[in-house]
Amino acid sequence: MDFLQALGHKTLSRFASLGRATRMLLGALLSMPNFKKGTPLLIKQLYMVGHQSLLIIMVSGLFIGMVLALQGYTVLVGYGAEDSLGPLVALSLLRELGPVVTALLFAGRAGSALTAEIGLMKATEQLSSLEMMAIDPLKRVVAPRFWAGFISMPLLALIFSAVAIIGAHLVGVDWLGVDSGSFWSIMQSQVSFQQDILNGMIKSFVFALIVTWIALYKGYDCVPTSEGISKATTETVVHSSLAVLGFDFLLTAVMFSS
Amino acid sequence: MIYKLVNQNVERDLSQSIIEIKDVTFSRGDRTIYKNMSFSVPKGKITAIMGPSGIGKTTMLRLIGGQLKPDSGDITFEGQSVPGMTRAELYEARTKMSMLFQSGALFTDMSVFDNIAFPLREHTQLSEELIRLVVLMKLQAVGLRGARDLMPSELSGGMARRAALARSIALDPELIMYDEPFAGQDPISMGVLVRLIKSLNQVLGLSSLIVTHDVTEVLSIADHVVIIAEQGVIGTGTPEQMLQHSSPLVQQFLKGLSDGPVPFHFKAAPYEDELLLGAQQ
Amino acid sequence: MNTRKIEILVGLFVALGVAAFAILALKVANSGISGNGDTYTLSAKFENIGSLKTRAPIKVGGVVIGRVESIYIHPQEFLPVVNMSIDASYECQFSDTTSVSILTSGILGEQYLGLSPVIAAESAKQSCLGNEVTSNAGSELDDLFGVESVALKNGDMLTDTKSALVLEELIGQFLFNQGGE
Repeated sequence: MDFLQALGHKTLSRFASLGRATRMLLGALLSMPNFKKGTPLLIKQLYMVGHQSLLIIMVSGLFIGMVLALQGYTVLVGYGAEDSLGPLVALSLLRELGPVVTALLFAGRAGSALTAEIGLMKATEQLSSLEMMAIDPLKRVVAPRFWAGFISMPLLALIFSAVAIIGAHLVGVDWLGVDSGSFWSIMQSQVSFQQDILNGMIKSFVFALIVTWIALYKGYDCVPTSEGISKATTETVVHSSLAVLGFDFLLTAVMFSS
Repeated sequence: MIYKLVNQNVERDLSQSIIEIKDVTFSRGDRTIYKNMSFSVPKGKITAIMGPSGIGKTTMLRLIGGQLKPDSGDITFEGQSVPGMTRAELYEARTKMSMLFQSGALFTDMSVFDNIAFPLREHTQLSEELIRLVVLMKLQAVGLRGARDLMPSELSGGMARRAALARSIALDPELIMYDEPFAGQDPISMGVLVRLIKSLNQVLGLSSLIVTHDVTEVLSIADHVVIIAEQGVIGTGTPEQMLQHSSPLVQQFLKGLSDGPVPFHFKAAPYEDELLLGAQQ
Repeated sequence: MNTRKIEILVGLFVALGVAAFAILALKVANSGISGNGDTYTLSAKFENIGSLKTRAPIKVGGVVIGRVESIYIHPQEFLPVVNMSIDASYECQFSDTTSVSILTSGILGEQYLGLSPVIAAESAKQSCLGNEVTSNAGSELDDLFGVESVALKNGDMLTDTKSALVLEELIGQFLFNQGGE
């Protein structure tokens, strides 16, 4: 009986929390955007969320591309197929690694920061104070951060993939001696704009929605104490990483299985 | 009009109330915080709500601000029912009231100047030049004109509260609610705040509602006192009336006695029993 | 000014994103035929398609002119049918006598469709494009063969097909021939 009650309680509280999260997101997004006041806020958040994540994304991208090239080369050279290094690297990056690794890094770098910032604004009564000033904190605080995350992540994923391919070129062509012409041309013949690049971007948009939403909700819904904020920040990283991996499997199954 | 009111007698003023709490019951979870509570806040006066900590004084302010809804009963602001307002009406009403939070709640990512300009920029169409003038006037009123370019993190606790006070009067509200304005202040800042609250009330002709448990400070400026304990109002009146009040609970609170109707000891089993029980084990 | 600096940095960020997109779209992916250009569809029925996959290239003399769009089994005949989407600029250029075969690039390479085009007669082209056919003009070839050829347009079926070579069948055939000698 106790077990059943615990299960029921947990289920109900999960649903309640999902409901609150949906209400928060709809409250933030379902309104007439005010471009005059909204644009500077959005630009500031694009800077905080997007530009500030550039360095970690580019460095990780470069190294992941280089490692992929190194590993791929040692396997492919055994079959005399080192010319296929280009498509190997490009396809794995565009379809999987680009969107997924970017989302994971983004959750750690920007997601946790969003949660902590909003949680702290809640703890220091800044959100309440906005409400008492007749300004909706969902529109003023949550909405620009959401859009910034939603716009930034696909851009970051594109940058990640591009830098990683350059890194792979560096190792594969300049160091290991794969022919530059065949590196690019075989890559081009194998990579399709719609199938690979667009699908990768769709993935990225979905991950952006998930990660930003989780981060904002965890901050907005946290217990406004230092312990509550630290718990919320951890949960943001853990939950959004797991959600990204789960949705990645689903999306891959839908997009690339036929 | 308001200046005239100040000079009229207290009974007449009480009929002119800006906020009416009527028969309000509010509970959080299983815990009832208020039960059938009623009182009113007169217009153009300083009203103090006092009571021991943990009886939900801040909750009272949130109820008035419409952030929480009572389980039953009604709260009116200028004759309009706050729980019954639509969202738009509520936001409209909130532009006429403002609240000074315990922590000040200054926006940490803006300078003091921008913090005070913030409500003006959001709610008015004033030009930047006019906003600058208004902000400087408000800062002058709280004595922080020189600190306008500092960030909130560079201010001391008392200065932060004064800056927040300047922000809450930026839109010339009709009501200011102070949530524990004196908590954690040194005697000098406390004196400054007491003087500011009194002078703002007189100069701007607004109504003030102070939630506090700093008895001496608030009794020196309040026109009207409401003491809350045990889920309801236990006494109202002028400070003089309150000091003469017959209720032992009011007396214990005002005089700060450690034991009385509010016992020193938290509810527990008899002391001897518990000691002996420990020895047996 | 602070806002100016932030705006510049955000601009830099967005520009980098757009540049990355451009690199990926132009340098990494095969821009052109698959997807963005106009295409028309032809289909062809084979005995056996081997390991031909969707998106395999369709080549004329080694130049890619289209891709395999879908492969399905003909509901009555139980034979594989391949739908090919081909660059629209080649519509009404090939005659219906064009043959298509499944070929392999290299020993381990992918399979692709090789198209051996027969250029359609001028009159066939015109009628295919919906223009009035002027009598006599360019009908000499048809007269020569005594057949009326038609130009291929959207939705047409190619009949002259050559199936994929399957290694086991080849070996079987080779052994059979050896035995016959």
